[in-house]
Amino acid sequence: MALEQNTIIQSLSDRFGGSVSDFVHIHDILTFEVDSESILEVMGFLKDDATLRFNFLTDICGMHFPDADKSRQFSVVYHMHNWIDNVRIRIKCYLNGDAPEIDSATPLFLGANWQERETYDFYGIIFKGHPQLKRILNMDEMVSFPMRKEFPMEDGGRTDKDDRFFGRTTDNYTQS
Amino acid sequence: MSDLLLPPEQRFADVIKRRENEDGSELSILNLGPTHPATHGIFQNILLMDGERILDGEGTVGYIHRAFEKIAENRPFYQITPLTDRMNYCSSPINNMGWWMTVEKALNIEIPKRVQYMRVIVMELARIADHIICNSVLGVDTGALTGFLYVFQYREKIYEIYEEICGARLTTNMGRIGGFERDWTPLVFEKIELLLKEFPPIWTEFENLLTRNRIFMDRTINVGPISAEKAISYGFTGPNLRAAGIDYDVRIMTPYSSYEDFEFDIPVGQSGDTYDRFCVRNAEVWESLKIIRQAIDKMPEGPFHADVPDYYLPPKEDVYHNMEALIYHFKIVMGEVPVPVTEVYHAVEGGNGELGFYLTTDGSRTPYRLHFRRPCFIYYQAFNDMVQGQMLSDAIATLSSLNVIAGELDA
Repeated sequence: MALEQNTIIQSLSDRFGGSVSDFVHIHDILTFEVDSESILEVMGFLKDDATLRFNFLTDICGMHFPDADKSRQFSVVYHMHNWIDNVRIRIKCYLNGDAPEIDSATPLFLGANWQERETYDFYGIIFKGHPQLKRILNMDEMVSFPMRKEFPMEDGGRTDKDDRFFGRTTDNYTQS
Repeated sequence: MSDLLLPPEQRFADVIKRRENEDGSELSILNLGPTHPATHGIFQNILLMDGERILDGEGTVGYIHRAFEKIAENRPFYQITPLTDRMNYCSSPINNMGWWMTVEKALNIEIPKRVQYMRVIVMELARIADHIICNSVLGVDTGALTGFLYVFQYREKIYEIYEEICGARLTTNMGRIGGFERDWTPLVFEKIELLLKEFPPIWTEFENLLTRNRIFMDRTINVGPISAEKAISYGFTGPNLRAAGIDYDVRIMTPYSSYEDFEFDIPVGQSGDTYDRFCVRNAEVWESLKIIRQAIDKMPEGPFHADVPDYYLPPKEDVYHNMEALIYHFKIVMGEVPVPVTEVYHAVEGGNGELGFYLTTDGSRTPYRLHFRRPCFIYYQAFNDMVQGQMLSDAIATLSSLNVIAGELDA
């Protein structure tokens, strides 16, 4: 018996009510939003529930929306996969732009450890309860979070390279 | 389970302290890497050693981080393929094809059957090349150089096939949105036929050399094992997960590029140790050969690319003589192609596991966000867990059999 999309939506709404919202089907994946406070509960429920059985955390990544409302400037996107019924879902959590904080998924999935460190490293999103939240790919001395949109890809002082006519500026955020 | 996530000095504080109090002896810290011949790439393991035995360790990665995700946010889609090449450079065509399929999914492009079959062939060739390297280097790391030298020339043969298809060998940058840049010449098929004929006896011989070799078995059985449950929790995919006994394969679970048309088996191991990983990869090479055979036999006639003038470069002769073609050429090269606002996740079975691309577009010429799910990065964090209590030389074999590719690890 395959897991129906409506079953997922129904059981999540029954259990969490307003904390889960905006169910949409994009291409082949059911996508929805979860309040950042209840992410750990929702993921635990998805993992352990006898019918949902989303046993595998495929991916965690961060995103930055500098032009959005203050409360929705960051998001963490989780991809989970039910291997028994072969269903994928995508969970989005929007976070405050000034103090992006969310619960760590490490109590549920060991593999979340480095993925969250990577997200922290590039976006500065704090994962509460993470056992070792420090930079992973960038050097420890770095002070900025390079995947944020305001961080220029190239050194703004460069004069040897003029790419304006190709739609590029050294400061990629102010690109018109 | 949770204390596995703590840093080693905290996890082993009591052992270190007890040692000091009891006999004053010390545990030693060993740097395995960043440039150690056995790491096959630039990453470091700081190991806490009790004599020759590993108590704990911590991996330090990022030495060749090249900010691919950031660069990708500033490039039109067709310029992102060279970035994917440089992730798992042992099987770059898989990365290329995975990326094209992601873009095609976002743009809703239908791909001709012939292209799908050609992609399958090229991806399976890449998988063979990947497994050749991993398994033969595992032999080298356990002291058997012969097998490596013996099979490595067939990686070269596979590279010659790539060369005939796209002109490049290691970082292939193969294909376009919608298909291949040119049709395959008869020479490509000849070379593949030759490989299918010559390679199997060599691979049999390689297997004979190591699979029941007493020394090799002693060096690999029960070395660096991981349980199925833990492997899932750590996010293992690919041969390393299958060695632990889980038959998860993206090619079967979510078939892409017509994998559903082919018959092949998914080899699984039992104990998830180095020996099982070796055997699973060996068996996968045979399955890949089976798939290539079927794909060649069933290869349909048809175009070598989809009919998508908005995204697929027109032939060069037309660009010189035809206004329409010139306009398309210019727009595509400048990256001014129509892109819908959407988000897609597409996964392919890479050499090391589920290679995923999470692409978010905002309708502009570049991705708004592109995240690579790199299997190496995700499963390498289990390394310390796997080698705890093992000897140093076992750690080398484990590392080798995990097939950690620094390019994919660091992106």
